[in-house]
Amino acid sequence: MDFQLSDEHKMIAETAYKLGESFGLEYWREMDAKKSFPKEIWQAICDAGLSGAALPEEYGGSDLGMFEMALIVENLSASGGGSTLGQLFMINPIFGGVTISKFGTDAMKRDMLPKLISGEMNTCMALTESNAGSNTLEIRSFAAQDGDGWLLNGEKIWITAVSDAQKMLVIARTKKIDEVTRRTDGLSMFMIDVDRKGLTHHSIDKLGTRTLSSETVFFEDVRIEPDELVGTLHGGWKELLDTLNTERIVTTAGLVGAGQLAIRLAVAYANEREVFGKTPIGAYQGLQFPLAQTHAEIECARLMNYKAAAQFDAGQPYSSEANAAKLIAAQAASMATERSMQTMGGMGYATESHVERLWRDARLFRFAPVSEEMILNFIAVHDLGMPRSY
Amino acid sequence: MKVLVAVKRVVDYNVKVRAKADGSDVDLNNVKMAINPFCEIAVEEAVRLKEAGVATEVIAVSVGEKSCQEQIRTAMALGADRGIQVETDAGVEPLVVAKLLKGVVDKEQPQLVILGKQSIDGDNNQTGQMLGALANMAQGTFASEVVVDGDKVNVTREVDGGLQTVSLNLPAIVTTDLRLNEPRYASLPNIMKAKKKQLDVYSPADLGVEVTSHLTQVKVEPPAERKAGVKVADVDELIDKLKNEAKVIS
Repeated sequence: MDFQLSDEHKMIAETAYKLGESFGLEYWREMDAKKSFPKEIWQAICDAGLSGAALPEEYGGSDLGMFEMALIVENLSASGGGSTLGQLFMINPIFGGVTISKFGTDAMKRDMLPKLISGEMNTCMALTESNAGSNTLEIRSFAAQDGDGWLLNGEKIWITAVSDAQKMLVIARTKKIDEVTRRTDGLSMFMIDVDRKGLTHHSIDKLGTRTLSSETVFFEDVRIEPDELVGTLHGGWKELLDTLNTERIVTTAGLVGAGQLAIRLAVAYANEREVFGKTPIGAYQGLQFPLAQTHAEIECARLMNYKAAAQFDAGQPYSSEANAAKLIAAQAASMATERSMQTMGGMGYATESHVERLWRDARLFRFAPVSEEMILNFIAVHDLGMPRSY
Repeated sequence: MKVLVAVKRVVDYNVKVRAKADGSDVDLNNVKMAINPFCEIAVEEAVRLKEAGVATEVIAVSVGEKSCQEQIRTAMALGADRGIQVETDAGVEPLVVAKLLKGVVDKEQPQLVILGKQSIDGDNNQTGQMLGALANMAQGTFASEVVVDGDKVNVTREVDGGLQTVSLNLPAIVTTDLRLNEPRYASLPNIMKAKKKQLDVYSPADLGVEVTSHLTQVKVEPPAERKAGVKVADVDELIDKLKNEAKVIS
């Protein structure tokens, strides 16, 4: 087992970290306050070729894997972005990039991949519905055959960054759930324009990850053209899993970076701050131990995520590793941001110390894109062979 | 025009270094290493010359153990066309590095050699000047602007109290100051391209140089801890102390 990063990996990590550092924490504080899509840093990420890391070379990518993607996200997150950085990589390189490069038509690849890699185009993915979150297969949005294309009706919720996207990957039923024998049958993926007759969307006000909107989307007789189908008609579920599972690796990388950043800010504060006499508060074990504990957990999550990514890249099963890494990373990032704020006291509550943003953002990932409970269910059933409770 | 750039592997500038317990050297165990910031500026300047159509080839050279290939690769990822490592495990001092670089200069015949004015580990600020003497080339040190003009290079130098511009006949040596440029970070496609670029390894013997040390490091110790300051009651007391105790104003 070789835990050494290659020279290229070190350089990739360095580029990602330096790029993030050049924007810095103040940039994110401002974008968060304005609830504004971080388009300047996203453009810089694209200009440095980082968004296309895992996408095909012939369309401008670098043909690397999820391991490199994890390195990039982790370092961009640790240098200022925090956990929400992972979401930026989800919406474009994964929802758009991975889905199109694996299952899109040649025309889609030629048209969309160069634009996704250069930053000219943003995508979003519309999957979740108010009655279909963890139970994805229950989605009701329905695309009915309409001549050579389809007519889409339904509604979606918690769709990230719709307002800043030009294209939307929609997952809809093309066979009604009561007409199929297996619930995984009858789902299809479509890549449609966000700006289209019958498609409306509204932003949801929320606690954190405020640079990326979360929206409800309504489809009323939205026409889908025949060339907008991605992958196999009715067979979209199996293909969608590749998109959803890689999303997990990117999420974990964002969390690992956020934990690292929160701990770094806490340590810097604690080693300077003196309250009683000349001893910095960092010398108190009551503050040290929780930070040390979360540091250990972050390091473990990082390693497990690398393992999941390396196995994905080698074409081996990786769900158990990806799930375990995400579980621990989300809890550790939550604890790291929480303890960082506790270490700073009142200052941690002020936006100028940045940790409150990291704390708000990290909270999301305890239940998204997959909840802790669903991961524990998965581990119990798949890894331990216990009966399914639901 | 061929440009040779020297790069050195040093402790990353973010690292808080410690002296070894026995005071023999700085403790480099498990410490993050990076390209010397002044060398990074030198690489950036060379790459900009190439992008401007002035330079035709940029060669990055480093002297040291195999690990310094990492910094050569970094220079190539930033835009250098190929790399040269002069491999030696000996702790090399400025004069030896200058002699080895002279060997590379003889081999490659560059029109311009750009080096950092100093490296942030030893802070010697000697290698560029020594190379100038050994290779009998004109030198413009502490450059804040470099303009190639035909067979001359105009170098604006940061000197005490202002700027001085010198005009040098090529081939020449330039050492970089902090304000010469702001180095880029390597883009991912360029990092991947750097992997395929040529990197030649020479031994000191290949260059006809014998690595002999002329210096002995006696002791390495951390700077004295800063003493606590004093609080003054008012501006008058402050002025009094500045005048009579610190003697910095009169």
